[in-house]
Amino acid sequence: MNIINLFKVALRAIASNKFRSFLSMLGIIIGVAAVIIMMAIGQGSKESIRQNISQMGTNIIMIRPGADMRGGVRQDPSAMQTLKVEDYKRIDQEKRFISHVSPEVTASGQAINGANNTSTSLYGEMPEYLDIKQWSVSDGECFTEEDVKKSAKVCLIGKTVADELFPNGQDPVGRTLRFKSIPFRVVGVLKSKGYNSFGMDQDNLMIAPYTTVMKRVLAQNYLSSINCSALTEELTDKAIEELTTVLRSNHKISGEADNDFTIRSQEEMMQTMSSTMDTITIILVVAAAFSLLVAGIGIMNIMLVSVTERTREIGLRMSVGATGLDISNQFLIESVMISITGGVLGIIVGYLGTLICNKFGLPTSIPLWSILVSFAVCTVIGIGFGYFPAQKAANMDPIEAIRYE
Amino acid sequence: MAEDKKVIIELDNVKRNFIVGSETVHALRGVSFKVHQGEFVTIMGTSGSGKSTLLNQLGCLDTPTSGEYYLDGVSVRTMSKRQRARLRNLKIGFVFQNYNLLAKSTSVENVELPLMYNSRYSAAQRREAAVKALQAVGLGDRLNHKSNQMSGGQMQRVAIARALVNDPAVILADEATGNLDTRTSFEMLVLFQKLHAEGRTIIFVTHNPDIARYSSRNIMLRDGKIRSDEINTNILSAAEALAKLPKPQDD
Ligand SMILES: Nc1ncnc2c1ncn2[C@@H]1O[C@H](COP(=O)(O)OP(=O)(O)OP(=O)(O)O)[C@@H](O)[C@H]1O
Ligand SMILES: [Mg+2]
Repeated sequence: MNIINLFKVALRAIASNKFRSFLSMLGIIIGVAAVIIMMAIGQGSKESIRQNISQMGTNIIMIRPGADMRGGVRQDPSAMQTLKVEDYKRIDQEKRFISHVSPEVTASGQAINGANNTSTSLYGEMPEYLDIKQWSVSDGECFTEEDVKKSAKVCLIGKTVADELFPNGQDPVGRTLRFKSIPFRVVGVLKSKGYNSFGMDQDNLMIAPYTTVMKRVLAQNYLSSINCSALTEELTDKAIEELTTVLRSNHKISGEADNDFTIRSQEEMMQTMSSTMDTITIILVVAAAFSLLVAGIGIMNIMLVSVTERTREIGLRMSVGATGLDISNQFLIESVMISITGGVLGIIVGYLGTLICNKFGLPTSIPLWSILVSFAVCTVIGIGFGYFPAQKAANMDPIEAIRYE
Repeated sequence: MAEDKKVIIELDNVKRNFIVGSETVHALRGVSFKVHQGEFVTIMGTSGSGKSTLLNQLGCLDTPTSGEYYLDGVSVRTMSKRQRARLRNLKIGFVFQNYNLLAKSTSVENVELPLMYNSRYSAAQRREAAVKALQAVGLGDRLNHKSNQMSGGQMQRVAIARALVNDPAVILADEATGNLDTRTSFEMLVLFQKLHAEGRTIIFVTHNPDIARYSSRNIMLRDGKIRSDEINTNILSAAEALAKLPKPQDD
């Protein structure tokens, strides 16, 4: 029988058992929708993280004290004090592939203005930090290099800190707040950046000259990190090389000895993040895919019932000249149609599902290939689980089949 | 018998054994005969005498354990399943006792069925042939009736049209009137006689000895063997017999 007639026959068989066909499709619909939604959430989160990280600037390079921790070995606390101000100064003097560099020390604690207080983080930086992060000041201005030299007690504050400490629309610029009982004069308010994709408030911070934070707040002589920006994203690798050389010579590390610092580029962080997200997505999708397997077994079950019910019809078709292949094709196409129809409905349901997820704030993005893969998987399920029932039908003896009651 | 006519069916010492457990059932114990084009043969015999088994051989649904069967000159015994399916499609028309129509399908669709498995027919040709066959059995006005909306007689007519549609070398009927009342049975006989008159070859298995009188030849089976094989020189007219039947009260 030609393919068009086979489709007509299959369509008819499905239509004459609408409810049953729908039930066996339901498994596929749920399975495919689950896979699509999981992939969409995985992909969406990945994209939003990527976007966030790249908004932070893809040419940022971070230097942290201590050897590369990726092995998970514990390091003793002194290893975390290897970055010094001299390291920063030398990088700043010798930089070639680096446009900006800023040392960093951090402290967290309460910021107080009269009766208002909030817990926040204080970053000790150079003014160049804003260039590295591509942040800007919306109100007032940044502290100066002069302030850094003098360890002046001045600071920039984030929008959240400004709102918490200076309610009722007071202008914070020029006023003084206290951080750990040390007074800081506010010289500017940072432009609001909102929340990042990990749900962190990026406006809850204070920035002051690093010298001030080191001497007056923390009384420490080492840095928590050094942030740099490469001249361009493409020069990141060159910049990392340059930094490594400078720091190794400054720390007198020679030959095969390991670095006592770690350099990471934003790009690298992004890749690490992406691959973690990929792993999570794969786990979710595999779980969803198991429901497709169950759905396939459901289809096989229905097809076996259908073959038994239509034994007489099979016998008749054979006696008027249908070959085993004709019969097996008929049932295969029927099961493929059930699973593909289920697949298409599943894609639609999955799409609606992702819209709902989106409404609830989950970042989603349906990759085109996930639709194609769903389609292919449904076809494979239809053929795979329809094969056994179809063979059962094709191998019937026409004489017995036509007498079947 | 017109000896100059073409031989459609030739059986040469056909045997068919069934192994049931440790026993062998000899359903056919060496059957030989020839059927020429245009013959209307009835096959009779007691239950279990091997009529259906013989008809299955003739219809290429089964193959002999030994012996040769030639249909339209080709040997069937050595054919593959696939080849036999093709042969049935082109050369055989079956009429069953219980009609075996596809439920929920119209007369035309039912009659088209054999042609669906013949790639040489286009959709239009299929329909044309089906309509012609339905007209030949007197159902020209019931083309699009569903099979479950029809009487037994009408369903059997559709089945006969389906057996005719591929212009087969032989029409095989197993108890084709078994489920019908006397009047409708005679209507079927009229139809078979008409097909016979048009030159078709018909083999008709029946329990009813009366039917033999309307055919051109009668073969009696007993215990898997031919007991008698007689030409009927005095063929009765089914149309006349139908006219003499008492009319139903409400007609
Ligand atoms: N598939 C089979 N397996 C085993 N034995 C069979 C099979 N088919 C037929 N037989 C046996 O072969 C013999 C002939 O059976 P067949 O059906 O040909 O008889 P029949 O003349 O058609 O009888 P009826 O008039 O009741 O239809 C019977 O004894 C039957 O039991
Ligand atoms: Mg029988």
